[in-house]
Amino acid sequence: MKKQNEKTSIFNRLSDTNLLLTITIVIFFLMYLGAIIFQGGGFTKPQMLFNILNSNAALIITSCGLSIVMITGGIDISVGGVVALVSMCCAVYLDYHDGSILGSILIALGIGLLYGLVQGFLVAVLDIQPFIVSLAGMFFARGMTTIVNTAPFNVEDPEFTALKDTRIIIPGMGSYTRKGIYVPAYVEIGVIVALIIVILLFMVLRFTKLGRSFYAVGGNKQSALMLGINVRRTKFLSHLICSVLAGIAGYVYFLHVGSGSASHAMGMEMNAIASSIIGGTMLTGGVGNIIGTLFGVMSLCTIQAIVSSAGLDDAWWTGITIAAMLCIFLLIQSVVMAQKKKK
Amino acid sequence: MKKNASFAMIMLLLLALFVGCGSTALKNKTNNDDGNPQEEDSIITVGFSQLGAESDWRNANTRSMQASFAADDNYALLYKNGQQKQTNQITAIRMFIQQGVDYIVLAPVTESGWDSVLGEARDAGIPVILVDRRVDVTDKNLYSCWVGSDFELEGKKMAAWIKSYTESIGMVPEDLHIVNIQGTIGSTAQIGRTRGLANAARENGWDLMEEITGDFTETKGREVMAALLKRFDNINIVYCENDNEAMGAIDAIEAAGLKAGPNIKNGDIMVVSFDGVNIEALEYAKQGKISCIAECNPMHGPRVKALIDTLVSGQTPDKFNYVDEKVFSSISRVKKIQVDGVTYDIDLLED
Repeated sequence: MKKQNEKTSIFNRLSDTNLLLTITIVIFFLMYLGAIIFQGGGFTKPQMLFNILNSNAALIITSCGLSIVMITGGIDISVGGVVALVSMCCAVYLDYHDGSILGSILIALGIGLLYGLVQGFLVAVLDIQPFIVSLAGMFFARGMTTIVNTAPFNVEDPEFTALKDTRIIIPGMGSYTRKGIYVPAYVEIGVIVALIIVILLFMVLRFTKLGRSFYAVGGNKQSALMLGINVRRTKFLSHLICSVLAGIAGYVYFLHVGSGSASHAMGMEMNAIASSIIGGTMLTGGVGNIIGTLFGVMSLCTIQAIVSSAGLDDAWWTGITIAAMLCIFLLIQSVVMAQKKKK
Repeated sequence: MKKNASFAMIMLLLLALFVGCGSTALKNKTNNDDGNPQEEDSIITVGFSQLGAESDWRNANTRSMQASFAADDNYALLYKNGQQKQTNQITAIRMFIQQGVDYIVLAPVTESGWDSVLGEARDAGIPVILVDRRVDVTDKNLYSCWVGSDFELEGKKMAAWIKSYTESIGMVPEDLHIVNIQGTIGSTAQIGRTRGLANAARENGWDLMEEITGDFTETKGREVMAALLKRFDNINIVYCENDNEAMGAIDAIEAAGLKAGPNIKNGDIMVVSFDGVNIEALEYAKQGKISCIAECNPMHGPRVKALIDTLVSGQTPDKFNYVDEKVFSSISRVKKIQVDGVTYDIDLLED
């Protein structure tokens, strides 16, 4: 009897997820439409959207990882630090140690894996607050980045720059400039990686036992235990996935900027948390969707692009609009959820 | 009832969001800042990617650019602040390309890593004009021209001034104990100014004790100077690579109970610096706390605009364009200096 109840409650939560997802997608499209109407110019060209994707592929990947941790009711604020550490290590390896592309990819994955194992162990086995664990992780990553190399520098390895400048041309989406020159539309490799990860994670969350156990653990730990779910293992895996994704994101970021610097990806963890929340993931756990996260990142970055293209380029303008947007999203979410509960 | 109220609330918030967007777009139009080419075909749009707002010099540079283009109705300037990050500047240039600007003005934060994005600008047929720092690209035709200062000449001028002044008060070169508080390592200004001093120190036999970066900021200048004063007790000349560092260094000197001034023989520590934009620094120069300032002219706006006018009329401008720069001092002992056979007058600052 009790088991039956739990099942329906988990089902309820999942449909909450879908509701929030719909809100996010609708708002994103309204916003983009608004940008096209009010700003015109650049936003009518598909490349504008692709540019937003190109510059934020790494943010999409980190946000996906964070969403999974947040769905299980945890948090990970070390991802930005890991991204910076990965890009610095890969940069130093490629330029000072004459490394290969494959080696640098392995370094990125290795750092992510190591982070996931340590943080997952501390959170799941030793039961330490994930916030504290990842706070320490963040400081450690930032510190290590500076130890690896202090000064920022651009990677000049020819193989790497060739890979960095690889463009995937999208036929039929190009546009003509004012002078009548045709410029083809393109995305970078990172975008493809990000989209594959989004699809994979969507499948995992939707169709696998592991995916369902993430929701169950985040929704109610006690009931999840009663359902026979291994809570520790689930939590551990969520942190492992998040950190490995941060490692991949680090490489994608590195591939986009082509340099190592201690100030890379500053505040990226906060943007990732904001994107997940805008995408309908709840900090309390149990609710969230990867597609929503994707749209969360896109909404956040479109707002930044709108603010920037309106010429309001001072740093605080972007900050204020993002704050306002978060407020609006949270308000809409809570109002809608309250409405639904009443029914 | 309650349901209707909350529905209205959402609608209100959405409305607020769009009114917010709408009003900024409206404001833009009155400022002629809009990048929409369909509506204003005769207006020439210029995208300006500034590297940041880290110093007074940079802010004066930005204002000069904005003022020069605002004065002419045929132009609209789109300004983007890169906040010291190359990624932001590359994103800004890509946005300019999508918005369909006619010209791009770039003040790059670093010298390397510009090949691909400048290639994109060229493919879109948009000429790029560089300001201040230069870029290190394999194909020099990726940019049309460059406007900026001759930083090594600034360093040479300052070294010449130090030489004339110390000779005029009868000091032997070996008694000059100099520390150099450098700018951000790798920036064109730092490279040129450091080279100017280092060469002069070698030629004249000066004791150049330490070169250490102060990152062009006041805080770092203060920190570095305090550490240097602890390490060395015979510093008599501090060569700061910008005014902000000099103000920080003077703070540190005064905090250590010493005096910043030109009377080296009486135990003063002489501070010299670059830029001459900051009002406070010029005030320090009048009081003699900073003995000499080699100007780094931030007023690039008119020059850039003239270059774009040249490009609009279909002509090819000179590839490298230097701005004229002065030397300021409140000490009347040195009236003229000579660098590479050219004589420069010293602009006397008076109280």
